[in-house]
Amino acid sequence: MTDHGEIDSVSGRTTTGHEWDGIKELNTPLPRWWLITFYLTIIWAIGYWIVYPAWPLISSNTTGLFGYSTRASLAVELANLEAARGEKMAALAAAPLADIEKDPALLALARAKGRVVFGDNCAPCHGSGAAGAKGFPNLNDDDWLWGGTLEQIMQTIQFGARSGHAKTHEGQMLAFGKDGVLKPDEIVTVANYVRSLSGLPTRQGFDAAKGEKIFTENCVACHGDGGKGNQEMGAPNLTDKIWLYGSDEATLIETISQGRSGVMPAWDGRLDPATLKAMAVYVHSLGGGK
Amino acid sequence: MNTAVNPNELTSDDDYGPLYASRKKVYPQSVSGTFRRIKWGLMAFCLGVYYFLPFVRWNRGLGAPNQAVLIDLPNSRFYFFFIELWPQEVYYFTGLLIVAAVALFLMNSIGGRLWCGYLCPQTVWTDLFYAVERLIEGDRRERMKKDKSSDPMKLERISEIVLKHSIWLLIAWWTGGAWVLYFNDAPTLVKQLITFQAPMIAYIWIGILTATTYVLAGYMREQVCTYMCPWPRIQAALTDEWALNVTYRYDRGEKRTSVKKAAELRALGEQVGDCVDCYQCVAVCPTGIDIRNGPQLECIQCGLCIDACDTVMKKIGRPTRLIAYDNDINIQRRQEGKPPIYRIVRPRTIIYSAMIAAVGGIMLYALLTRSLLDVNVLHDRNPVAVRLSDGSIRNAYTVRLLNKRGFDRVIAIDVDGPVNATVHVVGVDSVTPDRPMIVIGRDQTAELRLLVTAPAESNPEKSIPVHFHVTDIGLGEAASATDNFVAP
Repeated sequence: MTDHGEIDSVSGRTTTGHEWDGIKELNTPLPRWWLITFYLTIIWAIGYWIVYPAWPLISSNTTGLFGYSTRASLAVELANLEAARGEKMAALAAAPLADIEKDPALLALARAKGRVVFGDNCAPCHGSGAAGAKGFPNLNDDDWLWGGTLEQIMQTIQFGARSGHAKTHEGQMLAFGKDGVLKPDEIVTVANYVRSLSGLPTRQGFDAAKGEKIFTENCVACHGDGGKGNQEMGAPNLTDKIWLYGSDEATLIETISQGRSGVMPAWDGRLDPATLKAMAVYVHSLGGGK
Repeated sequence: MNTAVNPNELTSDDDYGPLYASRKKVYPQSVSGTFRRIKWGLMAFCLGVYYFLPFVRWNRGLGAPNQAVLIDLPNSRFYFFFIELWPQEVYYFTGLLIVAAVALFLMNSIGGRLWCGYLCPQTVWTDLFYAVERLIEGDRRERMKKDKSSDPMKLERISEIVLKHSIWLLIAWWTGGAWVLYFNDAPTLVKQLITFQAPMIAYIWIGILTATTYVLAGYMREQVCTYMCPWPRIQAALTDEWALNVTYRYDRGEKRTSVKKAAELRALGEQVGDCVDCYQCVAVCPTGIDIRNGPQLECIQCGLCIDACDTVMKKIGRPTRLIAYDNDINIQRRQEGKPPIYRIVRPRTIIYSAMIAAVGGIMLYALLTRSLLDVNVLHDRNPVAVRLSDGSIRNAYTVRLLNKRGFDRVIAIDVDGPVNATVHVVGVDSVTPDRPMIVIGRDQTAELRLLVTAPAESNPEKSIPVHFHVTDIGLGEAASATDNFVAP
């Protein structure tokens, strides 16, 4: 109150003692309703503390009179949302897999649902945009280890590969070096032969005939004549431009020596059938599906 | 001169003045005259538009809403007669707000607070509520007497009060009711409201707006202008010496004295003013101020004091417009014996008008030339490009098509990018493989996943532009967008 120190001669009122550029502020009384409103807001705030959860305690918080909590109301809203979506998801569950992409509404739903579920479950390995990584297939391209039709994609998502599920895909790249089936120089030769299959340059002085012989004796069983691959066994096509682990000589030597057996988990039981369908359609619609 | 006071001398709270002050109730007296008539007219116009506009119909064809002005929130559309706006065209509202703000500045530079005095909803509804009050409880003196009466609980008085508040609430309720009609088909909603079938949100909004109208126009009145509204402060900073404000011409009015005394003094050849200190200008003022104290924040410049003063001037046979729309320059000039000058056209008003014309023109141009078929393209970022097994490169795009017309259309998509590129829309088996066609519903958007594949022999080495052309194969209407085709 010591700020008040002057009386304005015109109005006869005290000033607040504040001055800007020679203009002094009068100590004008507040309108009464304004002051009452101000006090009401204080009372309101106190009431709010009592009625709603407000004060933090050591390990919890005050719960308020009516037990209201945003957490509980969020749960209710989420349940409502699920119920509202239930009809659409039921339609998705009922539609034959092959027909979903033909219905724009179902396709949009499957893609939207698929994108979210993919982000939650698949992105850690396949990347958020399904671009894959070394050892994890790119799902946007048209090269499929276990087949790229809707049914085949569905099968792979549902049961996985080498996942331990009863219906899982089986088959693995043997460790020809580690198991002593091929000698190191044979491995180098066959690695170069494999590179030649897809038109990649080979090491100087490499014996193609020897490579072909080793390949025919050891690899054709799985990778097929000419290395075209076999989706029944998940054996990749070695003649195309896409390489799951890399196409350089060192990587190929490592692959042939040590073998490969990457695992795709089975999602059956973890995701509900409608969601699995949405996933299959989403992955198929990324553009690589057959 | 301010006298410095020793703080020690200010001992009691009273020395600092009171902490709060109660409202001095205003009892505006009825008045008639030019400005009052203008106010009645504008009030009738504004309220008429507000209350009845939702019932105006506008034919937009089958299936489209036929309400002239409709804010269709569930479908995110705004209809205004021949205009239909989509959410992405919300910048038209930005334009409208700019025009409205500059129009306020323009009004202010021409005639002061014309908005406050005649058009502001607070003024219009307060005026209406005062009219009701006057009709039921009588004019200024009667109301003052009734409020002061020591025996207020007479049946007659109670019935008056009940009647007044009932009518106020009725008006307030109608005001809230009219508001919700802008958000739904009005006749249907009215039917629903009456049969209690309307959505809860409608009743809630009617309740809120009824309460705010009742409180703001019935109780808060001039306090809204004085304490809540920012415009008086801004207006004071924006005005200039040429703006016509409601002004007491003190050069003509002073010295104030009674009619009788003025006649005597004039007979003696003494200088007296026209103002007879009758306080009519104060009595009619809806904000309860004395205009003779000069321009002040509370004055909404409604001109009612002009009407009141003119009535008195006519009665006592003096020239009217002792209070008038005028500026300080003219008061100076008259004192110097020069004729008054009024300048409406000056840099300020020209600039404001030009701004309104420019923004309005741009909006109108944009509105008239806007496309009713739109395409937006978003390149997939993750991954930006995919190499396929045969060595070709593919880029994926999210293409969004907007059909703003009221009928379904067949849209063909042409892509002009890498040589020999193929185009595929996910989920669409096209009869023409290189020219996918899709059907898009009326007044809808379609989001497509579009794949562009460049064969191995025409792989671009770096990013090249790719153009997407969409064509309505029926109307020939076309739109296009450009993005990039990227190599991995």
